[in-house]
Amino acid sequence: MEEKKGVSIGVRRVIAYIVLILISFFCLIWFYILFINATRSNSELSAGFTPIPSTHLIDNWTNLVKGTLPIVNGMLNSVLIAALSALLCVYFSTMTAFAIHAYDFKAKKFMFTFILAVMMIPTQVTVLGFLQLIDKMKLTDTFWPLILPSIAAPITFFYLKQYMDSTLSISLIEAARIDGAGEFRIFNTIVLPLMKPAIAVQAIFTFVTSWNNYFVPALVIQSDKKKTLPILIAQLRSADWLKFDMGQVYVMIAFSIFPVIIVYLLLSKYIVGGVALGGVKE
Amino acid sequence: MKKRSNVVKYNRWGYIFLIPFIVVYVVFQLVPLVTTVGNSFFEYYRSGLTQIGPNWIGLENYKSIFSTPDLWQYFGNTMIMWIMGFVPQILLSLLLGAWFSNPSLRLKCQRFFKTVIYLPNLIMASAFAMLFFTLFADTGPINSILMQTGVLDAPYSFMSHVWSVRTLVALMNLLMWFGNTTILLMAGMMGIDPSLFEAASVDGATATQVFFKITLPLLRPILIYVMITSLIGGLQMFDVPQILTNGTGDPMRSSMTLIMYLNKHLFSKNYGIGGALSVFLFVITGILSLIIFRFTDNRKAIK
Repeated sequence: MEEKKGVSIGVRRVIAYIVLILISFFCLIWFYILFINATRSNSELSAGFTPIPSTHLIDNWTNLVKGTLPIVNGMLNSVLIAALSALLCVYFSTMTAFAIHAYDFKAKKFMFTFILAVMMIPTQVTVLGFLQLIDKMKLTDTFWPLILPSIAAPITFFYLKQYMDSTLSISLIEAARIDGAGEFRIFNTIVLPLMKPAIAVQAIFTFVTSWNNYFVPALVIQSDKKKTLPILIAQLRSADWLKFDMGQVYVMIAFSIFPVIIVYLLLSKYIVGGVALGGVKE
Repeated sequence: MKKRSNVVKYNRWGYIFLIPFIVVYVVFQLVPLVTTVGNSFFEYYRSGLTQIGPNWIGLENYKSIFSTPDLWQYFGNTMIMWIMGFVPQILLSLLLGAWFSNPSLRLKCQRFFKTVIYLPNLIMASAFAMLFFTLFADTGPINSILMQTGVLDAPYSFMSHVWSVRTLVALMNLLMWFGNTTILLMAGMMGIDPSLFEAASVDGATATQVFFKITLPLLRPILIYVMITSLIGGLQMFDVPQILTNGTGDPMRSSMTLIMYLNKHLFSKNYGIGGALSVFLFVITGILSLIIFRFTDNRKAIK
């Protein structure tokens, strides 16, 4: 009996490993092909696929930068927008969570319920009114409509509130009050440092979401100089792509994808753990 | 007495700290929501360079979107592509979650596998779609590999067949989301009381029985949560099919989603119809969120 059980677990383990390796293969193969093709010249590419990298990565890159798409500019715009969004989002979401966590006031319960209720409303359904509004505010074709709304982020708020419930005790705040610290100072010098691990996870997620965002920026941004990477990708797609040097196309895609992969691999420990924490609502 | 007034004084800060959230939410979300709904009751569009309206026409916009077959076709496309991605996704995630959370299996390199399966979730969807477009092009590497290995004699035109385009969209959604779902389900499985599994193994239950009789029923709340959030996400499907098909939803608009349709109206400043479409989407997602909301609320009450 003992032995039979042992064998069956051994077999199941082997099956599990085989399936996991296959799945990993299907997750990674696309990026491997992308990397290989980014290193090959247009003529090599049209000759068919080989799994061995070539030597034209730098050539493709210089050709791309010299070309018509303002790609370096696009990346700088993307970084600027994503970084500011992430910064504002985590700072003010922590503040909102702190307000609900640490104080007792009449509208507290209503506000908490309200934020949870609107959590699932997608931005797409309000984007029509949003575009008309920013047009009236003369903010069309600026970065503000892409950055400022991140201050009110119900999902980030919910995650931080849950983390705060388990780490921030009211007695700590009271002790600081007795020492004469003002409420705003308590928030900046005690609450924010305590929340660092959760803030870091959410900052990464907000950054990546903003970096990848295509729908709203494509409707807000018009001038070439202000375009972000996803808009440039769409532009590349809508151009008559057969005329393009395919090596450049691959380098451009690689350029949008690989920075995120590298950052992710460096921080994956926190990211994968953070997903599980935020998703399970207890 | 003095102490009480102090507490009240502190609690005023609750309102002060809420100001940034409330102001930004009202300005950038609530006001746009109201004006979006408002637009749906007006004849308001652009014809060439002249703007028609806004003229009050009541429910005419709704009548016009519900009476044309377009809306239902795009709704159908969206649902078909969501189901094609979601069914394999949930099955795969259940299997992987059960393996990762099974202590007797003792899988090594778990961190590595979790890192790999979550990776596609962070990739820019538009770049990922562009990548698939180039990989699956007639002269692209996938066709080249298939021909080199003798599977195909001539290149298969993935972009001009209805079901191959839909399959590619579903495949990309599957790749991007199954890692996320696996991690959520695994966290749920780890939360199940281990004594239940011990009792089951004492009673001689097989791994399959344990999975179907214990794990699955206890996982139901999280499964419903995952399914509805995925459905809400599926209704918002945009980046992948938009870039893959260059916004056309071809062949014959068989991969055009609801948000791609909305996007078209927004680009051509067709505000009346666009508003009615937004309200339609808002109502559907509203109902779905309400289900989750009621559901998670009930669970809290039970606990």
